[in-house]
Amino acid sequence: MAAINITNVSKIYAGGVEAVKSVSIDIADGEFIVLVGPSGCGKSTLLRMVAGLEAISKGTVEIGDRVINDIEPAERDIAMVFQNYALYPHMTVYNNLAYGLKNRGTPKAEIDARVAEAARMLEIEQYLTRKPRALSGGQRQRVAMGRAIVRKPAAFLFDEPLSNLDAKLRVSMRGEIKQLQKRLGTTSLYVTHDQLEAMTLADRLVVLNGGQIEQIGRPLDVYHTPASTFVASFIGSPAMNLLRGTREGNQLHFGSQVLDLGRPAAFPGQITVGIRAEDLRIATTGEQALTMKVDYIEELGAQRLVHGTVDGKKLTASLSPEIEIAETLALSIAPERLHFFDADTGKRLAQPFAPSESRRVERLEIAGV
Amino acid sequence: MTNTPLPSTMSGTLAAPAAGGFFRRFRSAPSEPHFAKRVQFNSPLLPYLFLAPQMAIIFIFFYWPSVQAIQSSFYLEDPFGFGSTFVGFANYTDVLKSGEYLGIARFTAVFTALVTFFSLAIGLLLAVKADGVIKGNATYKTLLIWVYAIAPPVAGLMGMMLFDQHIGPLVKFAAFFGWDIKVGLDYNDTAFAMIVVSVWKQIPYNFIFFLSGLQGIPVSVREAALMDCRSGFRRFWTVTLPLLAPTAFFLLIINTTYALFDTFGVIDVMVKDKAANNPITLVYKVYMDGFRGNDLGGSSAQSVILMIIVFVLTIFQFRFIERRVHYN
Ligand SMILES: Nc1ncnc2c1ncn2[C@@H]1O[C@H](COP(=O)(O)OP(=O)(O)OP(=O)(O)O)[C@@H](O)[C@H]1O
Ligand SMILES: [Mg+2]
Repeated sequence: MAAINITNVSKIYAGGVEAVKSVSIDIADGEFIVLVGPSGCGKSTLLRMVAGLEAISKGTVEIGDRVINDIEPAERDIAMVFQNYALYPHMTVYNNLAYGLKNRGTPKAEIDARVAEAARMLEIEQYLTRKPRALSGGQRQRVAMGRAIVRKPAAFLFDEPLSNLDAKLRVSMRGEIKQLQKRLGTTSLYVTHDQLEAMTLADRLVVLNGGQIEQIGRPLDVYHTPASTFVASFIGSPAMNLLRGTREGNQLHFGSQVLDLGRPAAFPGQITVGIRAEDLRIATTGEQALTMKVDYIEELGAQRLVHGTVDGKKLTASLSPEIEIAETLALSIAPERLHFFDADTGKRLAQPFAPSESRRVERLEIAGV
Repeated sequence: MTNTPLPSTMSGTLAAPAAGGFFRRFRSAPSEPHFAKRVQFNSPLLPYLFLAPQMAIIFIFFYWPSVQAIQSSFYLEDPFGFGSTFVGFANYTDVLKSGEYLGIARFTAVFTALVTFFSLAIGLLLAVKADGVIKGNATYKTLLIWVYAIAPPVAGLMGMMLFDQHIGPLVKFAAFFGWDIKVGLDYNDTAFAMIVVSVWKQIPYNFIFFLSGLQGIPVSVREAALMDCRSGFRRFWTVTLPLLAPTAFFLLIINTTYALFDTFGVIDVMVKDKAANNPITLVYKVYMDGFRGNDLGGSSAQSVILMIIVFVLTIFQFRFIERRVHYN
């Protein structure tokens, strides 16, 4: 168990592609960090640099108090779980688990004990004598986890370990990984492109975009105070609605539609307004509202996603299934629930309403702001 | 000289030259699932018609000569072609009691073992080194396949030239150290040259198959090993080599057969019909007795013995070695 400090790390591939651009993350001992971002944003590259499978072009990575830039992968005291499991096909499950320990000269009795313990934890005891090809995807996944656990490393690295599983298994494995990590208390770095997985697993999220950190923060903080329009549209499902508007006095104008903020705000004229789908509700008579033309409805059971347009711009509202949907809906939103972003840079602007905002921001380390 | 087909792709899918359980499993060795396309024939005769050419070739060039050989091994053929006499097992007992024949058999065993071992070992070594360099580089890959395309005939010629009495660089090099290599005159020198040239000829073939096999090992499995095992040498023995075993086993059979039979040309050039004081292998002896000595009966008996040796060897390889091979 150890802290991991990633300091100004960059990766420049042969050919000049800069896949990771000066990334710094300080991971506390025992913390579960999830790297999340769209395909090609450099998540795997960053993880593989920590693992030692990719050379670090610039910057340093420390595990515990050691700079591990030039240390062999096997000497870094880490274990990795791969997307396609990467089990040794010619070895039994037992040997797959024991292999790393044998190579480190662990006594036989201890190997037996550790393998037995990991197998019990993961409920793969009855498969120990089988070869990987005789296992289902989910069982292979468990063996891959077991291989990491038996080593008792300072840190676990996961590269999209659940993406080859079906949806149901993914959810249950997600829960197990989280429990296991809490129980073992091993520092973990987990890569995924699935924002839901990221939200549910992470102690802290790192949102990457184009090789750079957009935001680091606890899942709910990131959700409630996204640092940019990129984070706003990436974290949360359905994605946050982003509407371009202009501020005139105390009012926001979306084309012909007007929303009164009720108080002055020091915004530039052009801004992007963010609205979470679940913050929209049906306006009561007399209340100021946005008029949405309904296009189609997605039934999710517990709630219903209503997709439509406001002044020609796409908007999604999450409403209770009891509400009757007409051709047009009058939707209202509490002004303090609005998010404001710079129209050009997409960066978050200080909210004029929410009193809790300043407290939240203190806990965030918003990179590049 | 027979030519076994080129690896159809560099990704580890090897087109093996025969049907049968082993090769079928071997072909489906790579990890991606392989779905056979089912074709419906309108006439039940049509599939047999498609098979006919292959069956005809196997029959005409394999079964029929085999039966002929077995038959004539029981007869004493008149050297001038005037009939033949049934002699039972006399041809066999003559051959097996002959000290000369047993000497040749001993040399053949040593020769086959050495040629197989060195051509596999050097081919593997070169493939491992090349694999480290070319990781995913298509240009290198293509260039290395060319080696195979030009190798066998040219390599054979070059191998001969290495030992040429007048211009051979190896002969000159050895002379530098006071070793006067006399291929075709000195028994040991000839044996040495035969082994070197035979190995030399077979290396490109083994190289390309091993390289293809190495490239078929999933990158992530190697990476997992990188994190589990510090020593590169140990990783090779415990992960790379076992995963290469299907390729190695296939090559073991091919190379044994090569050393036993396909080295005929090399031997022929080296001994230049002066077989008396020179090392030869069993196949060459069959040819010598049959076509030079006109002893068709004895020669047939020898080829039947050779057939039995190959048969036993192959069964042994499948029963005892293939068992340890892990097919994916
Ligand atoms: N060996 C390489 N040479 C050059 N560029 C590379 C190499 N490997 C990756 N890249 C580039 O680096 C960028 C980041 O790749 P990376 O694999 O880290 O993405 P990722 O975030 O893991 O994406 P995904 O979610 O699809 O796995 C990509 O633009 C990719 O094209
Ligand atoms: Mg990736």
